[in-house]
Amino acid sequence: MNKKLSIELYKKMYLIRCAEKQIQKYYHEDEMKTPMHMSMGNEAIAAGVCHALTESDQIFTTYRTHSIFLAKTGDVNEFFAEMYAKETSSLKGKGGSMHLCLPKKGFMGTSAIVSAHIPVAVGCAWANKINKNRKIVVAFFGDGAVDEGVFWESLNIASLMQLPVIFVCEDNELAVHSHIKERRGYNSITEIVKKFRCQTLEIDSTDAEEIYNLTSKAIDVLRKKPEPYFMNFKYYRYLEHVGINYDFDAGYRKKDEFKKWLKRDPVSLQRIRLMKSGYVNGEIKKIEKEILNEVVFTIKNVKNAKLSSTDELHKGVFQ
Amino acid sequence: MRQITYCEALREAMIQEMERDGKVFVYGIGVPDHKAIFGSTAGLVKRFGKTRCFDTPLSEDAMTGFGLGAALNGMRPIHIHIRIDFMLLAFNQIANMLSCSNYSSCGKLKVPMVIRGIIGRGWGQGFQHSKSMYSVFAHIPGIKVVIPTMAYDAKGLLISAIRDDNPVIFIEHRWLYWQKGGVPKSSYALPFGKANILRKGRDITIVATSWMNVEAVFAAELLMKEGVNVEIIDPRTIVPLDEESIVASVEKTGRCIIVDNDWLFCGFSAEVAARVSSRCFGKLKSPVRRIGFAHTPCPTARHLENEFFPNAKNIIREVEDMLKLKPMSFDGIEFYSHEKKFKGPF
Repeated sequence: MNKKLSIELYKKMYLIRCAEKQIQKYYHEDEMKTPMHMSMGNEAIAAGVCHALTESDQIFTTYRTHSIFLAKTGDVNEFFAEMYAKETSSLKGKGGSMHLCLPKKGFMGTSAIVSAHIPVAVGCAWANKINKNRKIVVAFFGDGAVDEGVFWESLNIASLMQLPVIFVCEDNELAVHSHIKERRGYNSITEIVKKFRCQTLEIDSTDAEEIYNLTSKAIDVLRKKPEPYFMNFKYYRYLEHVGINYDFDAGYRKKDEFKKWLKRDPVSLQRIRLMKSGYVNGEIKKIEKEILNEVVFTIKNVKNAKLSSTDELHKGVFQ
Repeated sequence: MRQITYCEALREAMIQEMERDGKVFVYGIGVPDHKAIFGSTAGLVKRFGKTRCFDTPLSEDAMTGFGLGAALNGMRPIHIHIRIDFMLLAFNQIANMLSCSNYSSCGKLKVPMVIRGIIGRGWGQGFQHSKSMYSVFAHIPGIKVVIPTMAYDAKGLLISAIRDDNPVIFIEHRWLYWQKGGVPKSSYALPFGKANILRKGRDITIVATSWMNVEAVFAAELLMKEGVNVEIIDPRTIVPLDEESIVASVEKTGRCIIVDNDWLFCGFSAEVAARVSSRCFGKLKSPVRRIGFAHTPCPTARHLENEFFPNAKNIIREVEDMLKLKPMSFDGIEFYSHEKKFKGPF
């Protein structure tokens, strides 16, 4: 067992969980005026995949940005500065929760139009391939994105041109509130994708380490010989589609289901692993405290910063 | 100056830019085939290879996002649509992704991408092969819209479009492809936002787009015989718009007709009319008028299509009505007809 890996993955996931819990704590103040699509539940995918990437590898995500942004960039300050639309944010409040963007750390952008970022990731991968820079591009999307035509167009193009792009489907079986059973005329997305000239894997796991290992292995191959990879990771969205609350009273899903998933919560699972690998509770608590302090300290500073200037409105429509 | 066609001017612009900058590439459905987008991409694949000139699946939507992604990584894509109607399949990428990339990233994600869309008419093309669409694209902040009429402008503006670090939609009328004009052999870039005064005059200002400039010039020549001196302004770029040249002309003439190669309702003509009315109010001798397509889908039958599209006759009658002149006789006058030149298919 690789202790260093275990602790790093735990730190990534704990940071994500911690940051979102703070959002839950402060959102009612209405100072973060941005619709929150919370990541809670998908931390293993975010941490596992992003940890397998280098800083210069590039990713695109959906509007559910939090976990992946923090896993890829680790930039807590930028994260909260943009949530609060402060002048200290590099985006000056033009993006918000749904449109975080930090290209210098490989977080290339997002789309709140389901699937629209997928072909962009493919084009990035093409440029990387012809420039022979060995960079990998990852497009994260939900299972709803697979319903869109442009997903299939993108998969076809990537397979045709053999591009170094990973399609990561974060499969929670829900598109907003519509279950997969109401949306699909087929049984297994992975089985269909297998017919394309690309690699596939599907896994039902909340274990960040397992996801990391699979992704790392795939990336090793992709860097040597570019080809697309489709990965379907099952997870459970803990909270409502948008907002910071549970919504089990809405009737479209059952709390029992959540309880089952919670038993294998990715953050708790990794904590248990750390204990088994020889960490004592005190050591882990110390790490958790450090992360919490960083998040709380950042939020305090960000709240004290100025809002971005209203001059920003007219800036940057064109280069 | 050397005379070449609009089509040759477009091709030459791409060749010179591809030779100058290895990041420029051109792609789209049919781009490298034997018809070569009416000849405008002829020989490019042979010259620059399949990596820089390639055909694509029939996936306009994804291939537009693909261009955006390539642009974000430093490439300079030219995506071609043989009919602008097909571009509507990529409207999501254009309106939701390309247009806001620079803004939403505070300039960190620049998009040096050109989308060439061909407009046109005739030979029974019908309602899905005849739109103009530029007003719709111009409506969205973050996209530049270029619509050259002259061969000289086609080359100079396409070179500027390729060098521009923003998304540029470049609109070419199929009938202009044969128009010859003086075009320097060497490379040159024309600035955006600078209208071309196609014809100097004092009595009335006509602001025309694309093919409508050809009709307007012919109308102006006939009107000259009746003693009416028409000034014609070709804006050349819709975004950015050279409002000052239009205003200066209308302030001089006191009259303005916009002849747009498009529908009128909520279109470019309405935008120009609003701006001219607002800025030249005290100097206008009569209300601004507009000429454009009939507000219907474009029919396929020739006799119906002839009613749908405006031409020099409509322009002359509008001018006469505006100036309260007796209508001239069209007997013996040969107006432009695609029957003579254009046997299709477009």
